[in-house]
Amino acid sequence: MLRLETRPEPSQRMRYLSPLIAVSLTVVSGLMIFIALGVDPQKGFEAFFINPMKDLYGLTELLLKATPLMLCALGLSIGFRANVWNIGAEGQFIAGAIAATGVALYLGQWSILTLVLMMLAGMIGGGLWASIAAFLKTRFNTNEILVSLMLVYIAELLVSWVVFGPWKDPQGFNFPQTKMFEEAALLPILIEGTRLNLAFTFAIGLLIAGYLLMVRSHLGFKMRVAGEAPDAARYAGFSAKTMVWIGLLSGGACAGLAGMAEVSGPMGQLTDKVGSGYGFAAIIVAFVGRLNPIGIFFASFLMALFYIGGEQAQQYLALPSSISKVFQGMLLFYLLATDVLIRFRIRNL
Amino acid sequence: MSSELLTSILFATLIAGTPLVIVALGELVTEKSGMLNLGAEGMMSVGAVAAFVVAHGSGSTWLGVAAGAAAGMTLALVFGIITIHLMANQVATGLAIAIFGVGLAAFLGKPYESLVLESVQPLAIPFLSELPVIGKAIFQQQSLVYGSWILFLGVAWFLYRSRAGLVLKAVGESPRSAHAVGISVFKVRYLAVLFGGAMAGLGGAFLSVFHTPMWTEGMVAGKGWIALALVVFATWRPFRVLIGAYLFGGVLISQLFVQSSTLQVNIPSQFLSALPYIATILVLVLISRNLQMIRLNSPASLGKPFLKENS
Repeated sequence: MLRLETRPEPSQRMRYLSPLIAVSLTVVSGLMIFIALGVDPQKGFEAFFINPMKDLYGLTELLLKATPLMLCALGLSIGFRANVWNIGAEGQFIAGAIAATGVALYLGQWSILTLVLMMLAGMIGGGLWASIAAFLKTRFNTNEILVSLMLVYIAELLVSWVVFGPWKDPQGFNFPQTKMFEEAALLPILIEGTRLNLAFTFAIGLLIAGYLLMVRSHLGFKMRVAGEAPDAARYAGFSAKTMVWIGLLSGGACAGLAGMAEVSGPMGQLTDKVGSGYGFAAIIVAFVGRLNPIGIFFASFLMALFYIGGEQAQQYLALPSSISKVFQGMLLFYLLATDVLIRFRIRNL
Repeated sequence: MSSELLTSILFATLIAGTPLVIVALGELVTEKSGMLNLGAEGMMSVGAVAAFVVAHGSGSTWLGVAAGAAAGMTLALVFGIITIHLMANQVATGLAIAIFGVGLAAFLGKPYESLVLESVQPLAIPFLSELPVIGKAIFQQQSLVYGSWILFLGVAWFLYRSRAGLVLKAVGESPRSAHAVGISVFKVRYLAVLFGGAMAGLGGAFLSVFHTPMWTEGMVAGKGWIALALVVFATWRPFRVLIGAYLFGGVLISQLFVQSSTLQVNIPSQFLSALPYIATILVLVLISRNLQMIRLNSPASLGKPFLKENS
């Protein structure tokens, strides 16, 4: 019989191997799902893993999709390290998108200043939305998981209200959307002929900054201690409340910036569908990336592949695009399951 | 307010509160064993889809309901394996169940989105259903509404009057002591998790088969998360779950109140739709201010894995 045995110390090798095992298991399961659905597994594999990366345009689309995931996951990882469970990045993303849209609609023609203001507005919008959860957690000890999640639903209704009501494009044939932003309120394109924009550069910059902050700085160390050994952290005088604020505010600001990049980038306007699940997918990205900025970079790429693969599957294989969510969820299951090998080894009795 | 209106509001409140009663009572039992399964939203979603698909295919309401419960239980089994046997973080695994379940439901339910089921006729209880006002509201209800009351009585009896309930609570308070006196912690926790999953699936089935006899993506709309909040709000006591669920049922149908009121108020519909979520935050704030009460009532080992060899 197989039995789990505690390792003398957690295996560092398994820490980095287990995401790879989880990805492989997901791919194998995905192929089995294709077979079960009567889809040629080779075609399915091509749709998900080959077609999106065939040419330069495909690659830039992949990076475009990975950008909001990187931003949201980086922000979340800072909180998760300190055991601050912000799962409302989706709501903070929407709040940031709304705030940035406000700037674009009312101060849309100031060229570079407009963009800077929009980025600030996005970060502040997302940060404010997250600060509700942070305030209630630190002041009343209210569970941040449930509060940040409820705020997702409220943000979705808020964006629905603004695009159906006050900000609806008068020339938009009654569609729930604002008017298209002015040129000055759009992020500059990085590579001519593609949609990849400046936000990607910011995401990479923030990942590097995040790496320096989390892995190399004293603050990062404090957050890690607060998460892994709360008693030790208290003994050392690290304030748990400060950790909650830092965790939620960084999560909110990053998600808000991602929301800004979405309306100011590929969308060019605000619609009621702005959310599209990046905030939730980013939770998976953060875990699969081991809460580490470098890992998050690769995990974002992988999740973006799933997103685009889902669109491809809808287009060429006549499968609902929500299949990508099934794959994303499955990946997290496999990761959590294989993580057991970090602390335990399998013994044959 | 006319008595007819009162009847219809009462009727709608009970209908809206019933899935919350069912799901929250299931989660309550799960949490009493020390397991925190945050995946209720996902389990409800797959339950709703499975129930709809089977009820539509077979023409049998009850086969559909059974399929819903089974689907919820299957996801709960996955949760159990990953958290109980493989000792993974329960919060992260619960989130995975929620994300995966919602995605899976959207995927499986896509071909069924434009279909409807025949609505299930309410079941009138002789004599009682003829009472004025409350008769039609309370005793001429969907059969699963009565079912939720039986479930409530069953859970209350189980927790406070049965030996098995005592074992469950012992495992939740101190798995090590329970293990020491020969109770199988794993078995108790698996059963509690599976029961919670079945109830979440059943709650989902109620939505797609009884409440609005159809499936649309996102129809669960956070009710699984609200049920989780209800368990905290009720400080892990079944009777308060029941009361809380009906209070929320009232909030969920607040649009009905406003439309029927004589005041001509012009509130955007989104604000009314946001009320249940705002109410959830408010009650969580109210209840969690009282740290003492939460500490006294929450199962001591909630969310912590149990490792046999250390005990």
